[in-house]
Amino acid sequence: MDSDTAQGGTEGDLAKGDTAQDELVVVPLRHWGRWVGGAVILGVLGALGWALADAKIDYAAVPGFFTHDIMLRGLVNTVVLALAAQAGAIVLGVVIALLRRSANPVARWFAAGYVWLFRGLPVLLQILLWFNLALVFENISVFGLFEEKTNVLVTAFVAALLGLGLNESAYMAEIVRAGLNSVDHGQVEAAKAIGMTPATTLRRVVLPQAMRVIIPPTGNNFINMLKGTSMASVIGFLELIHAANNIASRNLQIMETLLAAAAWYMVVVSVASVGQHFLERYYGRGVAR
Amino acid sequence: MSLVRAVGVRKSFGHTEVLRGVDLTVDAGQVVCLLGPSGAGKSTFLRCVNHLETIDAGRIWVDGQAVGFTTRGGKLFELREREVARQRRGIGMVFQRFNLFPHRTAVENVAEGPVHVLRTSRKQALEEARALLDRVGLADKAGSYPHQLSGGQQQRVAIARALAMRPKLMLFDEPTSALDPELVGEVLDVMVDLARDGMTMIVVTHEVGFARQVADSVVFMVDGAVVEAGVPEQVLDNPRQQRTQQFLAKVL
Repeated sequence: MDSDTAQGGTEGDLAKGDTAQDELVVVPLRHWGRWVGGAVILGVLGALGWALADAKIDYAAVPGFFTHDIMLRGLVNTVVLALAAQAGAIVLGVVIALLRRSANPVARWFAAGYVWLFRGLPVLLQILLWFNLALVFENISVFGLFEEKTNVLVTAFVAALLGLGLNESAYMAEIVRAGLNSVDHGQVEAAKAIGMTPATTLRRVVLPQAMRVIIPPTGNNFINMLKGTSMASVIGFLELIHAANNIASRNLQIMETLLAAAAWYMVVVSVASVGQHFLERYYGRGVAR
Repeated sequence: MSLVRAVGVRKSFGHTEVLRGVDLTVDAGQVVCLLGPSGAGKSTFLRCVNHLETIDAGRIWVDGQAVGFTTRGGKLFELREREVARQRRGIGMVFQRFNLFPHRTAVENVAEGPVHVLRTSRKQALEEARALLDRVGLADKAGSYPHQLSGGQQQRVAIARALAMRPKLMLFDEPTSALDPELVGEVLDVMVDLARDGMTMIVVTHEVGFARQVADSVVFMVDGAVVEAGVPEQVLDNPRQQRTQQFLAKVL
């Protein structure tokens, strides 16, 4: 108690105005570490750039490969395959997610098994399995209404679509499930209370709100999908990598053609990121930030 | 003619019996307030009336129809969820936590039911929605999203949303319990107006003043059963049961 009073007294004296104190100059903290860190990073980048500039790469040839006919066909095929596989995966994913939440135990069990299987196998393996389907089923027939040779039906595109799409649908099912679970149960009750049927409730109330949670990981996955189409090169589908190899096989400019393909991947991925941004903004409406 | 008639309603969650045989009758145009300590089963009972909860035993009749069932050849057949949805159209409900659709504006919230349940034209539904918002004093908030509104404003939009379905019965589940004290009045005012207009209402509330002012009947529940029921002057001012006296001593 005594010391407290003594201290209080001292503070009072200090505050009372000592002109020397009022004139003290402030010295800002110098962040030396930041300067050193920044310099190191710039140094490394400079060295890397210098090395690349000096490398045995014919940069002048890259723009030509970038707009090469075969490369452009590869680009279109890459984008079409990614879009088709992702679209199918989203539809299937919603269905599997709904089955997972079903009151029917058999449906729940099936959905869990579906995710377990298609998420568990490497995509490349799945693509190869589909592509070689003809080895085990010579013909594909739907209850006798339709019959066709497997070889004709399962082209490289179809095999890649099935492999990429089914794998992705398992991930989409989990993403959609998380999105549906994120919607407050009070929302469903409010919808019921105004007489909405379960289907209308899902379409008008639950899914639009779940989208806010579903979009970011889906955008992430779509970017993965765009790059994942490169695996279809293994079964001879003419996507960007296959196109690059195709061109390089004639002129042996392997690095230059791969760089042109790399540039296209960056373009396509950037466009997808911008699209994701606008989708997020649309579905984020009505949410306080 | 009674609009709501509940007979021997029982409901359990797991091993906990929440409703132990509740009987209640509400005539058309009446306002009934359910009072009682928390855990008495008031909200659960209210949720049973529009089949948000299924009951284990007993019957609830609303406007001559058994809630959740259809009568055929002297038997009650359980309804499918989409048929239950049709029954719920005539019963409005207001929740403690408002439960407005956050991704739609106030006027869209109100028009949602008419457009997507009653299949009213969008133009007409929006027009009626604006009129309802005006009725609850929120004409200027039509374009606001719920998160831009205060709790009291959100609850008034929720009341307008329920009214948009032109219900013959309104259920209020502690409509002012989640509100800041200074916002309670504006919601109660809307409810008083509604009662004056002759709406049949069942209100679970802790607002004894509101019950005294508008209730035709006050029902006091404890431990899943009705302990005392009657006109407000009797139940609130001269309660016969000890449990009622104890409860009122605490809240008044």
